Amino acid sequence: MNYKNIVFLRIKILIGFFALIFLLLLISFNNVIAQNDYPTDDQVNAIAKELYCPVCENTPLDVCPTQACAQWRALIKEKLIAGWSKEEIKQYFVDQYGDRVLAQPPARGLNWLVYILPPVVFVGGIVVVYLNLKKIKKSSEKVVQVSNNNNDKYLKEMEEALNVLNNEEDLS
Amino acid sequence: MENSHTEEPKNPKKLPRWAIIAAFVVLLGFLALMGWGLKNAQQGPVQEGQKVPPFELTTFDGSKIKTEDLLGKVVVINFWASWCKPCEQEASELEEAWQYYKDSGEVVFLGVDYVDTETEAMGYLEKFNITYPNGPDLRTAISQIFRISGVPETYIIDRNGKLASRKIGPFVSISEITSMIDSALNQ
Repeated sequence: MNYKNIVFLRIKILIGFFALIFLLLLISFNNVIAQNDYPTDDQVNAIAKELYCPVCENTPLDVCPTQACAQWRALIKEKLIAGWSKEEIKQYFVDQYGDRVLAQPPARGLNWLVYILPPVVFVGGIVVVYLNLKKIKKSSEKVVQVSNNNNDKYLKEMEEALNVLNNEEDLS
Repeated sequence: MENSHTEEPKNPKKLPRWAIIAAFVVLLGFLALMGWGLKNAQQGPVQEGQKVPPFELTTFDGSKIKTEDLLGKVVVINFWASWCKPCEQEASELEEAWQYYKDSGEVVFLGVDYVDTETEAMGYLEKFNITYPNGPDLRTAISQIFRISGVPETYIIDRNGKLASRKIGPFVSISEITSMIDSALNQ
């Protein structure tokens, strides 16, 4: 084997080695991509936070410690892997377990009262307070005005009486 | 001298009559709504001897079963869930009871899976070799009819569609199940 052949062989080995490293990197890169597609617990909890446990009372799904809730969180993960959107998952939960799983009741039927009553009562309260304050201010202004008028008349009478007295003293 | 202290501010303007009536109507409406909600909340479960409202169960394999179509037969409705440990105590006994009655054609078993996930529910059915029709309690519509307080609960409906008996909690033996069903059959 001459020198030229040895060099070619070494070059071939080097190329093979780099090709192997490149393939290994490619495989691990693909794995990284696949892992990124897998939903994290934070992504699952972001949806679970907006849902309530249908069994336990007033417990959001993201913090519920029961086995049933763990199953529902796993179900959210399954749906996310299957490519479902947040709204689709929430709708699935509503279809399965009813409206009570929603943290915010849907705005339909009697549920409208939940959204309408508080602002209406709040605005009504502000109007009543404003009208009463206005009324109190008006009546206090009237009292001041009346009392000012009374003082003026009284002072006038007093001044007249004093003038009369002064005049009488001067004459005497 | 003029008596200025007799001057009084005029009476404040009263609210219009329509506003007062409207306020009372809103208040009464709100009270009626609260009363209605309270009445619903306090309404107890279907009592024994009472007609059970009709409902439809969509099974896991997609078939629909209407209780109206089951008149003339005794219907055993069992509420369960895969996450419910006490349900596992009675699962095998219920299947055994079903095997005992199924050939007679006089008794129908329906399993209602209460707020569960399908994968785990199917695993549960497979684990206990349950063969009678089972389906999810969609939107908890069926459990609301019976106002169940938990799982497992079992309701036995007689041939006339009236509630014959109920069992809150798991059955402890197959004889307990059969005695309740036999009693409904003999009514």
